[in-house]
Amino acid sequence: MPTLVPVIILSIWPLLQGLYMGFTSDELGAAGRSFVGLANFQQMLGDTQFWASFRIGGVWAVVVTAGVMVLGLGLALLLNAGLPFQGVARVLVLIPWAIPPVIKGVIWRLVYHPTSGVLNSVLLSLGVINTPIDWLNSFDWALPAVIVVGIWTGLPQATVVLLAGLQTIPEELKEAAALDGASSTQQLRHVTLPLMAPVIFAVTALEFMWNFNSFGLVYTLTAGGPAGTTRLPMLFAYEEAFQYGHLGYASALGTVMVLIVGLALAYSVRRQLRDAAPRETL
Amino acid sequence: MTRTLQPRAPAAPGRPRRRPRLQPARILMGLLLLLFVVFLSFPLLWLISTAFKPLSETFTAGLLPKQPTWANFNEAINDLGVLQSAANTFKVSIISALLTLAIATPASYVLARRPSPVNRAVLVWILITQTFPVILIIVPLFLILARVGLVNTHLGLIVVYVVWSLPFVLWMLQGYVSGIPNELEEAAAVDGATQVQTITRILLPLLIPALVATGLYAFVNAWNEFFFALVLLKSPELTTIQVNLSKLRGIEGLARWGPLAAGSLLATLPTLVLFGFMQRRLVSGLLSGGVKA
Repeated sequence: MPTLVPVIILSIWPLLQGLYMGFTSDELGAAGRSFVGLANFQQMLGDTQFWASFRIGGVWAVVVTAGVMVLGLGLALLLNAGLPFQGVARVLVLIPWAIPPVIKGVIWRLVYHPTSGVLNSVLLSLGVINTPIDWLNSFDWALPAVIVVGIWTGLPQATVVLLAGLQTIPEELKEAAALDGASSTQQLRHVTLPLMAPVIFAVTALEFMWNFNSFGLVYTLTAGGPAGTTRLPMLFAYEEAFQYGHLGYASALGTVMVLIVGLALAYSVRRQLRDAAPRETL
Repeated sequence: MTRTLQPRAPAAPGRPRRRPRLQPARILMGLLLLLFVVFLSFPLLWLISTAFKPLSETFTAGLLPKQPTWANFNEAINDLGVLQSAANTFKVSIISALLTLAIATPASYVLARRPSPVNRAVLVWILITQTFPVILIIVPLFLILARVGLVNTHLGLIVVYVVWSLPFVLWMLQGYVSGIPNELEEAAAVDGATQVQTITRILLPLLIPALVATGLYAFVNAWNEFFFALVLLKSPELTTIQVNLSKLRGIEGLARWGPLAAGSLLATLPTLVLFGFMQRRLVSGLLSGGVKA
């Protein structure tokens, strides 16, 4: 098994080390470290920035994931409905997928720009707003603005997977339901969605995880501003580690993030197992 | 043209087939779909348009540049350091991709040919690494790299990228190796080939498509990566293209939007190439949670 040694050294060890460091008082540039037990986690409880950032991270991850799933399912159904130009549409909706996160941020900075951005010029000409809005620097608008970009980012992937799931559903089932007099809404509710449940759960879990841990997109858009209103947990941990040098504290933040994501995953897996219990479907 | 998503096969003859009619519901669906397509594709079109707009048009809301120009690309390459940072990124990406393959190929052979509990453990560990926030990986690696003097070097970043791409590449390759029938190796052994000959003459040629695909994945993974590059590289002349472009926050004034858009377009090219290659694969890869957004 000597071939596996580099794999273990390069991959498993840093992870375990990262978890352990959350229990130390490591500082950037300081010599030595000491084991401090749960001190970092105690510090978190009294750290208003920690609570703010994890609350924002929660809102961001839940809203973006929900948006991606609902819109993704709608879009997948539309792409499966045999409308004209279906092939072209299927390619076009994948576009955001092929763009690096940082570049997505650059693109949307162009769109949101207060004076030369296309969004303001459209809204102004339609008369929706009277004065240009500086979307990414406004306390009220910054988080909604980045959430829209988050949804835009995640939508193609989710749609492709959901569409693949839709296409595995045998036509005969829907036809049988139609013959029994089910309306298309009823077919969706009682045939399509139950059969899609495993795929939907898998995509939801992955989306939540990626969103909760995401960094590059929002860093490029707002760098966490204005005044921390878009400071996602990863941005907070990055600042703690590499701007203030609190490596131990940042690792502890990472550990808490793992726990949150792990709980979400465990919950969705349990739901899935429970839902997979035998049932009279058809 | 995409071949990923096959259009639904026509219904068998003899079965009544509803012809799409122009009903209000279908028109509404068509409009909704159009809305989706515009929402998803417009921002990129806007980027392309901005990249070709001369300075005089940068602030106009016209979708198409009236006098398209390549000037922004020149400026991006000459003034914004896009060429230098793209070269850095290319170097780091190609070396880390090759190193990842060099480590993962023999390891994947072992995993595929000697099935054991280790296999399941590897799968679990891949899933775990997918759930870990990168901060937990970078902090210990940063300390080690600092100790051996590799912070702010390309080599240090390459090491991090190998660590980061390895789990998924290993898993994909392991699947490909498992798909190659054992009989081939047995037959070669009967013909008197040594194990090394079997692997180099029989297995590796069969694995070439798999190596290209996983290598491409590792390359694009590194090319698009932002966080590690931001943390590890401090000198402007070492920086990667993603960090370079994210730092141009428009502070330099609006005149920079055109060149910034042009540079961003250049930074998107490798991903677009990969995308063209892997369309069909992406779906199955996605379901195993490998392709990060």
